[in-house]
Amino acid sequence: MNQFCTFTLAGHLFGIDVGEVQEVVLPQEMTRVPLAPRIVRGLINLRGQIVMAIDLRACLSLPARPADEQPINLVVRSEHGAVSFLIDEIRDVVTVDGQQFEPTPDTVRGAVREVLRGVYKLEGRLLLVLDKEKALATGASVPHARGGRDAARNHATPVTAAAGEH
Amino acid sequence: MGEMDDLVREFLVESAENLDRLDQEFVALEKDPGDPKRLASIFRSIHTIKGTCGFLGFSKLEAVAHVGESLLSKLRDGAFRLDGELTTALLKLVDAVREILGRIEASGQEGDESYEALKAQVSALNEARTATAGGKPAPAPAATAATAATAAPKAAAPAAAPAPAPAPTPVAAVVPPVATPVAAPVTAAPPAPASPAPAPVAAHATPAEAKRPNDEPAGDGAKHAVTETSLRVDVGLIDQLMNLVGELVLARNQILQLTSNQGDAGLTATMQRLNVITSELQEGVMKTRMQPIGNVWSKFPRVVRDVAVICGKQARLEMEGKETELDRTIVEAIKDPLTHLVRNSIDHGLETPAVRTAKGKPAEGVVTLRAFHENGQVIVEISDDGAGIDPERIKKKAIEKGLLTAEQAAALSDRDAINMIFLAGFSTAEKVTNISGRGVGMDVVKSNVEKIGGDIELKSQVGKGATVRIKIPPTLAIIPALVVVSSGGCFAIPQVNLVKLIRVDSEQAATAIESIQGTPVYRLRGNLLPLVDLDALLAGEEADREQILAKKRECLNIVVLQAEERQFGLVVDRIHDTQEIVVKPLCKMLKSIEVYAGVTIMGDGRVALILDVCGVGQAGGVVAKLQERGIAEKHADDAASDFVEASTFLVFQAGGRRMAVPLADAARLEEFKREQVEFGGDAPVVQYRGEIMPLVHAAGDPSWAHAEGDVRVVVYALEGHHFGLVIDGVPDIVYEAVRVRQPGSASGGSESVVLQGKVTELLGLRRALERVQPGVLDLAAAPAGA
Repeated sequence: MNQFCTFTLAGHLFGIDVGEVQEVVLPQEMTRVPLAPRIVRGLINLRGQIVMAIDLRACLSLPARPADEQPINLVVRSEHGAVSFLIDEIRDVVTVDGQQFEPTPDTVRGAVREVLRGVYKLEGRLLLVLDKEKALATGASVPHARGGRDAARNHATPVTAAAGEH
Repeated sequence: MGEMDDLVREFLVESAENLDRLDQEFVALEKDPGDPKRLASIFRSIHTIKGTCGFLGFSKLEAVAHVGESLLSKLRDGAFRLDGELTTALLKLVDAVREILGRIEASGQEGDESYEALKAQVSALNEARTATAGGKPAPAPAATAATAATAAPKAAAPAAAPAPAPAPTPVAAVVPPVATPVAAPVTAAPPAPASPAPAPVAAHATPAEAKRPNDEPAGDGAKHAVTETSLRVDVGLIDQLMNLVGELVLARNQILQLTSNQGDAGLTATMQRLNVITSELQEGVMKTRMQPIGNVWSKFPRVVRDVAVICGKQARLEMEGKETELDRTIVEAIKDPLTHLVRNSIDHGLETPAVRTAKGKPAEGVVTLRAFHENGQVIVEISDDGAGIDPERIKKKAIEKGLLTAEQAAALSDRDAINMIFLAGFSTAEKVTNISGRGVGMDVVKSNVEKIGGDIELKSQVGKGATVRIKIPPTLAIIPALVVVSSGGCFAIPQVNLVKLIRVDSEQAATAIESIQGTPVYRLRGNLLPLVDLDALLAGEEADREQILAKKRECLNIVVLQAEERQFGLVVDRIHDTQEIVVKPLCKMLKSIEVYAGVTIMGDGRVALILDVCGVGQAGGVVAKLQERGIAEKHADDAASDFVEASTFLVFQAGGRRMAVPLADAARLEEFKREQVEFGGDAPVVQYRGEIMPLVHAAGDPSWAHAEGDVRVVVYALEGHHFGLVIDGVPDIVYEAVRVRQPGSASGGSESVVLQGKVTELLGLRRALERVQPGVLDLAAAPAGA
C-alpha cells in the first residue's frame, strides 16, 4: 500500500510519495537566478528558509506553462535541501496497491522515461510516479545554454504519445 | 544507558582537552625539564584519564595510561630528568591514548590494539633510568622542594637513603615527599593534601585526585571559579541560535521598512527599541561563536617539535595574541592552512643548527605566530628567523618549470617573485620530504584563505627570515553589503570588496566610457578601469561600450570593486543602499555558478543573491581564473592603467633580442663607420655634432664595440646632450596600439609588449639608458670637454 500526493502538470496526473512532501504553498514571489540551470525558476523565501523553485515542466520536457497561470509550490525534501516543484494543480492523496503498478512502458522515451518510477493504473486515469532525485539530476545537468530550449522541445512528444496509449 | 553515554561523552571531551594541553606541556617541559609545576600538571592529566577510564571500564586505555603515569611519577619526583628520548616516548603514549579515545568516540569500544610494544618501551625506559639515576645522590629538585614542605624532614631522608636499591622500593619511597611540594604551589590550600603522611600509596594518589575538578572543588580555587562562570554549550545549539538571530534581524528589517512611513510615535519608539535589542542580541550571539585563535594554536607547539625533530632542526614556537577572537567557522577554516604554514616555516624556512651557528644566529630557530586586529580585520602572521626566500632561486625554479621566460623573470620584482610560491605546482624544496616539498601546499593555502574572504601575502628578507601575513574577516555570518539592482533583481555585494561608487550623468557617459578593442573602460584618476556590465553578464553575454551606452539609464552607476589584486567597474542599473545581510549558503545545484557567493533575505522578505566579486571578475573576463593564473595576471592591473593609443615604434634586434623604442623618444637614426668609434676611458663614444656622444648597446652587450661593420645608432637628445643606442641590423618602423604588455619592475627590468604579434622588449628612454649602462647619464651631464 502506497500513498501518493497527486498533482497535474500539462494535463498529466503525477504522483510523489507522501512521505517526501514537506508542504504545499500558494504561488510565491520568486527571485530569478540568472545563469542557473534552466529548470531553476528562482528562489523563494519560505518563512526564512530559502527554497529553490524547480520548473517541473522543464524537467519533464513538457510544454511551458502559459504565462497567465500561476504555479503552485509543492515543497519536497531532496538531496538539494528543500526544493519546490512548480505544479499546475494539487489533487488528492491517493492510496494505491501494488497490483495497479506497471513499470514505465517502453514506448515512453526521452526525459520523461528517465524520471518516472512507473505507472499506476487508476480508474479512468494513469498516475505517473515521479522520482524526484532523478528529475532534479536530469534537469540540473542541462546547463543554462541557449540551445537547451530547443532540445527540450524535441522530447515533448513522447509523453503525449504514452499517455494516449492507455 | 543514556546516562552512561553522557558520562563517556563527558570523559571524551575532558580527555581531549587534557591531551591537547599535554602536547603543549611536554614541549614546554623539554625546554625546562625540571619544572615541577608542569610535571605535576602532566601527571595529573594522565592520572585523571587513567582514573576515569578505569571507572568506565576501558581497561586497555587504563593500562596504557598507567605505564605513562608510573614513568611520570618518577619524573615528577625527580628520580631522573626528562630528556628528548623520554619526551618522544611519552608523546607516543599520548598519541596512543588519543587513538584509543578516537576509537571509543567512533564505536564506543577501545578496539583490539593493546600497544604492548609501546608499553614495554616506556616501562623499559622507566627501569633503565631508575637504575642509572639510582646511583646519584638525591636529585636536586626533589630535595629542595621537599625542604619547603611540611612533610619534608621525615620524607627527605628515605628519599635519599634507598637510592642504590633497584626499581620497586624507590617508587614507594620517593613518592611521598614530592607529592606534597607539588600539591603546595598549585592548590594554594596546602593543608588538605599535605596531611596524608601514613601510607605511601595513599599519598601518591591523593594530591592527584584533588585536582579532579568534580571530586574536590574545594582544593582548587582557581579552577572552581572557571567552572562556575563558564558553560560547555553544544555547537549545534549555538548555530541554531545564530540562525534564529539571523531570522530575527531579517524580520526586524522587514518591520522597519513597513513601519517607516507610519506616523505613530508609539510604534516608532517601540520599533527603535526592537531595533536596538535585536542588534545587541545579534552581537551577543555572534560573540558566543567567537573563539580565541589560541584554540587552533594550542596544537602547534607539538607540531613544531615533531617537525623540527624530523628535519633535524631546533625550533621554538612563540605566540602573541592568542586571545584574538574569530568566528568559529573561520577558526575551523584557517586551521589547516596555518598548520601547513607552520610546518613550512620549519621545513623550508629554518636552517639546520650547524648552518645557523655558522651564520652567527642562535642554533635554535624561532617561529612566531602573531594575531591582532587591524581595521576591523584579523591579521595572523607566521614568521620565522630562518634563511628567508631567495627571489633569484624562485625565479630560477619558475623558469625551470616553464612558468616564466628568462626575460619575464628578469622583469619580475622580488616581491612578486617570492609570492609566486602561491602558484599551483610550485615548490622550491630541494628535496621532497614527507613534510613539505610536493608543491601541493601553498596554492591550496591561498585558495582556502581566499575562500573565507581572506588575503595572503609573503614577505621575506634573505638571510633574516620570512613572514606570511594572512588577513581575514573576523566573521562571515552577518556582513555589511551594498544592494544594487540589475536585470530587474536585487543583488548584494559584500562591502569588503567595495572600493567606491561612481555616478556618470547620461550626457557625459558617451565621453566617459571609452573602448579599447571592444572592451569598455572608464578613466579613473588617470587609470583605465575595465568595465563589466552586470545585466549582460547575468544574461551570459559580454557588453561592449555601445551596448552599455545604449541602455536607457538616467545615469550610469559604476561600482568599483576589488577582486584579488585587480580593480574593475561593475555597471549596474541602480544602487540601493547598504544593509547588514545574513549570509545563507546556496543550494547545491547553484553552487557551481561562479558569480554567486550565497543568498540572503532582504528587508522586504524577498530573496537576493550575493555576488562573488572574484567570480564576477572572472566571468567578466577582467580577473584571471585560478587555473589560468600566472605571471601575466600579476601585472594585468598595471597593463590596463598604462594603456596607450596606437603609436609608432622603432623595432630592432639587439643581442639576439627583439626590442622596440617609441619613435617619439628618438632624435635621429645615424650610421657610423666603425673607425669613428673611439673610447673615452672604458666607454665607447663617437664625435657627433661637436660633442662626444656616449654609445650604449641596446641589449647591454659590450662586445659590439670590437665587432666589424658599420654601427647603427638611435640617437637620443637628453637635456641638450646626445646619446647613442647601438642596435644590430636594420630597424623597422611599426605603428600599432599596444594591447598586451608586461610592465618592468622597479629593480630595473624592462617592459615587454606585443608588437606585430611578437613579444618585444620596450625600452623607455631614460630608464633604458640607465639600465643598459649605469652612469651614462652622469657622463652626459658632465661638461662635454671633460
